[in-house]
Amino acid sequence: MRNNKHNWTITLLLILGSVVILFPLYLTVVNAFKTPQETAESILALPSSFRFDNFIQAIEMTNFFNAFGNSFYITVLTVVFTLLTNSMVAYAIARNLHKRSFKILFYYFVSAMFVPFPIIMLPLVKQMSGLGLMNPTGLVMLYIVYGLAFNVFLYVGYIKSIPKELEEAAIVDGCSRWGVFWRIIFPLLAPMNATVGILTALWAWNDFLLPLVILSDRSDMTLPLVQFVFQSQFSTNYNLAFASYLMALLPMIIVYVIAQRWIISGVTKGAIK
Amino acid sequence: MSKKINPYVLMVLPAFIIFFSFHTYPMLQGVFYSFTNWRGYGDWDFVGFSNYISVFQDGRARDAYFFTFQFAIISTILVNIISLIIALGLNAKIKFMKTLRAVYFMPNILSILIVGFIFNYIFAIFVPLIAESLGLTTLATNILGNPDLAWIGIVIVAVWQAAAFNTILYLAGLATISQDLYEASSLDGANKWQEFWKITFPLIAPFFTINMVLAMKNFLMVFDHIMALTGGGPGRATESISLLIYRGGFQGGEFAYQSANAVIYFIIIVTISVIQIRYLQKREVDM
Repeated sequence: MRNNKHNWTITLLLILGSVVILFPLYLTVVNAFKTPQETAESILALPSSFRFDNFIQAIEMTNFFNAFGNSFYITVLTVVFTLLTNSMVAYAIARNLHKRSFKILFYYFVSAMFVPFPIIMLPLVKQMSGLGLMNPTGLVMLYIVYGLAFNVFLYVGYIKSIPKELEEAAIVDGCSRWGVFWRIIFPLLAPMNATVGILTALWAWNDFLLPLVILSDRSDMTLPLVQFVFQSQFSTNYNLAFASYLMALLPMIIVYVIAQRWIISGVTKGAIK
Repeated sequence: MSKKINPYVLMVLPAFIIFFSFHTYPMLQGVFYSFTNWRGYGDWDFVGFSNYISVFQDGRARDAYFFTFQFAIISTILVNIISLIIALGLNAKIKFMKTLRAVYFMPNILSILIVGFIFNYIFAIFVPLIAESLGLTTLATNILGNPDLAWIGIVIVAVWQAAAFNTILYLAGLATISQDLYEASSLDGANKWQEFWKITFPLIAPFFTINMVLAMKNFLMVFDHIMALTGGGPGRATESISLLIYRGGFQGGEFAYQSANAVIYFIIIVTISVIQIRYLQKREVDM
């Protein structure tokens, strides 16, 4: 009954379609290596030689390594603390959903998914500047808090499927509730931790609006923010701009090429719950 | 035992306090300020609903709402059609399946702002150049510089980026369908078209609901695309609601006024999401 022959028509159509995705990236890569004269001759042609002048200049103009460091710092801290705190909150909620107070708390957190950021943006900036949190630390804290809505939703669904018997046995053996969470539940959450970690990392790394309104110091700027400032000031030299964009996109692309199977399955798991 | 605080409470209490302080409290403040005439600094008075009435009479706000809705509806429909087609393709018996899936998902990992800058170049330089050499005069100018066409450019970039995530959701949905159903239907002589409408589509209906709601919600909040492509221009032709709130609130001294706008925006998003969920879920049950 099963036929194992590959469907070549669909394969071919999909390969043709993937040009739409790869073309803008191709354009970016080849033009990042070219001089304006070379681009003027042909936008699509390969560069005549691999020269890195554009990259060196872009690194200086955007203070690239500083911005990269900021993005890295913000993303790593956000992911680590999101995993540690959000899973714990979700665990407490998932195991007490039969109680009214926890049920209300669950819906309170989850309903925040539908609050558009602009409604909190204006007062939030006032509040953060009053508290002296217009810096990466403040930004990390906001990511951890704002991720809670969606992450609690994901974690609670997953934790409900973990049998309680395991925990009861540990409690009988003298383990505390905290011990149960850290030693038994947290390790069991590994697949969901991967999903939440990937989604959080993508968000924190690529986000633009929140850093735009929260980070006040130029030296704190993240990669997208630096591109924005750079673009509005030096928009005439496209080759330089492309070198800069490519460097900003490259860290994520490298991570993706290495870990794509894992990333896709992580996102898919988040979707099914 | 009775004197100890319940560990569950300790697990959620800090999160609740911080969440309230940095999410709910600013939101309530926003609602509060929407009834005042505060400019973001200095003195203020209560003005009742006058900000709300002004928003409804404000041509700039009306244009922003009109643009945002037009953009969100068209993009939502396009993204769902395109990503469903791609997902069906990627779910078929194809060669290079893993590589193709990886390629089609890639836009989702890239910063929209930077992708927008790249497309900005494509629209401004590349497309006109190609069009000119082919003698297509209509495309020989930058569409982003044309008030009537700029929104199309934003739709293209938004769809290019968002289709990746929606494709993954549809693929997840397609993976839940048992192969036996297709074997049974092919024995009954169903063609591919009937197969799709009678089996595939009804069975992935919950994923259709999620995709429609998420896509619509995300597109209604569009911001990065516009900053990268047009900055709201030309004129104010592509000014979205979030861009208007950002600009007016931070740069235009309209703190209270834009807070009122934000409250209206919030109510609209929640209403649309609830209606979508209700309506689409009813369809799921019917089928």
